[in-house]
Amino acid sequence: MMISLTSPVRTRAHDLPAGLKLGLLLLATVALAASADLRFHIAAFLSALGLYSLPGVRFLRGGLSRLRILWPFVAVVLLWHLVTRDISAGLVICLRMVTAVGLANLVTMTTRLSDMMAVIRWIGTPFARLGLNMRALEIGIALVMRMVPVLSEKGQQLTQSWSARSTRRPRWHVVLPLTLLALDDADNVAQALRARGGLNKWNEE
Amino acid sequence: MEKSVAYIALFAAMIAVLGLLPKISLGFGVPITAQSLGIMLCGTVLGARRGALAVLLFLLIVALGLPLLSGGRGGLGVFMGPTAGFLVGWVAAAFVTGLIVQYWRGMPVAVVASVASVIGGIIVLYGFGIVGMAIVLNKSFIEAAALVVAFIPGDIVKAIIAGLLTAALARARPGSLMGRRPAR
Repeated sequence: MMISLTSPVRTRAHDLPAGLKLGLLLLATVALAASADLRFHIAAFLSALGLYSLPGVRFLRGGLSRLRILWPFVAVVLLWHLVTRDISAGLVICLRMVTAVGLANLVTMTTRLSDMMAVIRWIGTPFARLGLNMRALEIGIALVMRMVPVLSEKGQQLTQSWSARSTRRPRWHVVLPLTLLALDDADNVAQALRARGGLNKWNEE
Repeated sequence: MEKSVAYIALFAAMIAVLGLLPKISLGFGVPITAQSLGIMLCGTVLGARRGALAVLLFLLIVALGLPLLSGGRGGLGVFMGPTAGFLVGWVAAAFVTGLIVQYWRGMPVAVVASVASVIGGIIVLYGFGIVGMAIVLNKSFIEAAALVVAFIPGDIVKAIIAGLLTAALARARPGSLMGRRPAR
């Protein structure tokens, strides 16, 4: 099953326009990148933490667990700056990184997939005039979302049948049959798309 | 057109599925995921343009908020973090890998695809990755490079596997290497 990273905890931010949230994120990221003042970064970090705690403990905990991936980098940078005796610069780097990633995750957690798609469509409009086939893009996105669970299921079956035959753990051996299955699926999907009228405006191919 | 879209979408899906496979630990303790193997295969099988588009499509869907990066990561945050350069580099990696496979004839496919994967999937990719890490962590390129060299041996193994897989694919489905077909 594919589950989006949108938080199941409903927040007031879910109702804000996605474009507004993305715009604010862009501004915040530029501001974070432009400043090297420790006090500014402490304030920004605490504000981000405040935004996370507004919808409640469950939301805050979910958000913090997504930042865990950054700890090794925080540890390395702080250790580095401890050695060079320049700990405030290290703190600025770490706070800037954690706040920027945290705010970006916040937008993802409070924006539904359909709202994000609407933004993609809006961004794509000027490119469509330059020749970007928006229909192909939308079909492509939908196809990936549909095929990930399908291919994943096939991958699991391949892994299981490998385990049934061998005492060793399946490694990259399953990638070849998986790729072959993906190629066959692609041929079938292409045929199905063409049978349903195709993606070109005038069906030249 | 339909064929291109279908192949691009299926390979984008395959990058995701390879990220779902459990991590493999190499002999010297560096865990590797098969996801970057998928990037290399996009280049070797689909060719430069379609390969890069498949990676772009995958990244777009990650940005939309689906947790398809290995370890269940996704959303906009991953494009702000210290490894964001590697994600951008994936597009260039698939493109360069595909370009080499497209134009370098006269050697066995396995050799061409392995070398192309090393150049695209390691040299080009790490170039982008190190620049990104240097920017986010505010370190010099050499210092940033020191943080990631541990992963290069695993990626060399993956590049060779990508080459062998590409050759096996070419045998099992002749004509499946879109990049190496004669120009239409």
